[in-house]
Amino acid sequence: MVGRLDEDLGFHETALRLRAQRQQVLATNIANADTPNYKARDFDFAQAMQSALSAAEPVSQGGMALTHPAHLPVEATNAGLPELKPRSPKQNNLDGNTVEMDVERSAFTENALRYEVSATLIHSQIKDLLSVLQG
Amino acid sequence: MSLLNVFQIAGSAMTAQSQRLNVVASNLANAESSTGPDGQAYRAKQVQFMAAPLPGTGGATGVKVDKVIEDQTSPRMVYNPSHPQADAKGYVAMPNVNVVDEMVNMLSASRSYQTNVDTMNAAKSMLLKTLTLGQ
Repeated sequence: MVGRLDEDLGFHETALRLRAQRQQVLATNIANADTPNYKARDFDFAQAMQSALSAAEPVSQGGMALTHPAHLPVEATNAGLPELKPRSPKQNNLDGNTVEMDVERSAFTENALRYEVSATLIHSQIKDLLSVLQG
Repeated sequence: MSLLNVFQIAGSAMTAQSQRLNVVASNLANAESSTGPDGQAYRAKQVQFMAAPLPGTGGATGVKVDKVIEDQTSPRMVYNPSHPQADAKGYVAMPNVNVVDEMVNMLSASRSYQTNVDTMNAAKSMLLKTLTLGQ
C-alpha cells in the first residue's frame, strides 16, 4: 500500500522537484543579466522528467541496492541538477552575455505556473486519499 | 531545497545592482568636481560584474561586483580662464563623466533590481503554495 501511495504521488513529486530546480536555474540567468560573458543556461524539462522517472539512482552514486525481494525500489529523489545546456541567443550582445530577458522572464513565469499546477494536482490527490481514509 | 536558493541568487543580484546604482550616484554627483583629494579631476567609476558560485547552495550561481574600475579616458577640457584651476591656456580639466551614459546605467540598474524583486516574489508565492499542500 505504501508503495502504491508513493507511486501515486511520485510523479508530481518528481515534477515539483524538477520545476523547483529549473526555477533556480532561471533565477540564476535573470540575476546575471548584466554580467559580461555570462552564458544563459537551461535544461530540457521533458527529458529530465523522463530520465528521473525511468532510472533509479545507481548504487555507485549513493543509491540503495535491493538485496531482498520484499525491498521496495527507491526512486531517485536527491539526484543533482540535470545537465545544463547553454541557450543559443536570438540576438548577440556586445559584452558576450547571452541572457535574453524576455525569454528568461517568460520561461520563469511559465515554470512558476506549472509548479503551481503540479502543486494543485498533488493537493487534490491528497484530498482524494483523505476522503477515502475518512470514509 | 532549490527554491530557497532563489532568494540567495536574487539577493546577490540585488546587492550587485544597488552597488552599481551607488557608483552611478557618485558619478552623477561628481560630474562637475574639478578637483578631488589628489588634486586631480574626478574620474568616472564603473562596476564590473562577475558570476560567482554561492557558498552552501550546492552549486547555485549568483552575481557579485568583481571590482570597481576607473574610466581611463582623458578629462574633459573646458575653456574657462577665470577658473582658479585653469592652466596657462585657460583650460580646466573637468571629470570624464558622461551624464547620458550614467542615466542609461541608472535606468538599467533599477530595472534589473526590480526584475530580481519579482523573481523573489515568484519564489515566495511558490513556496507558500507548497506549504498549503494537504490542508
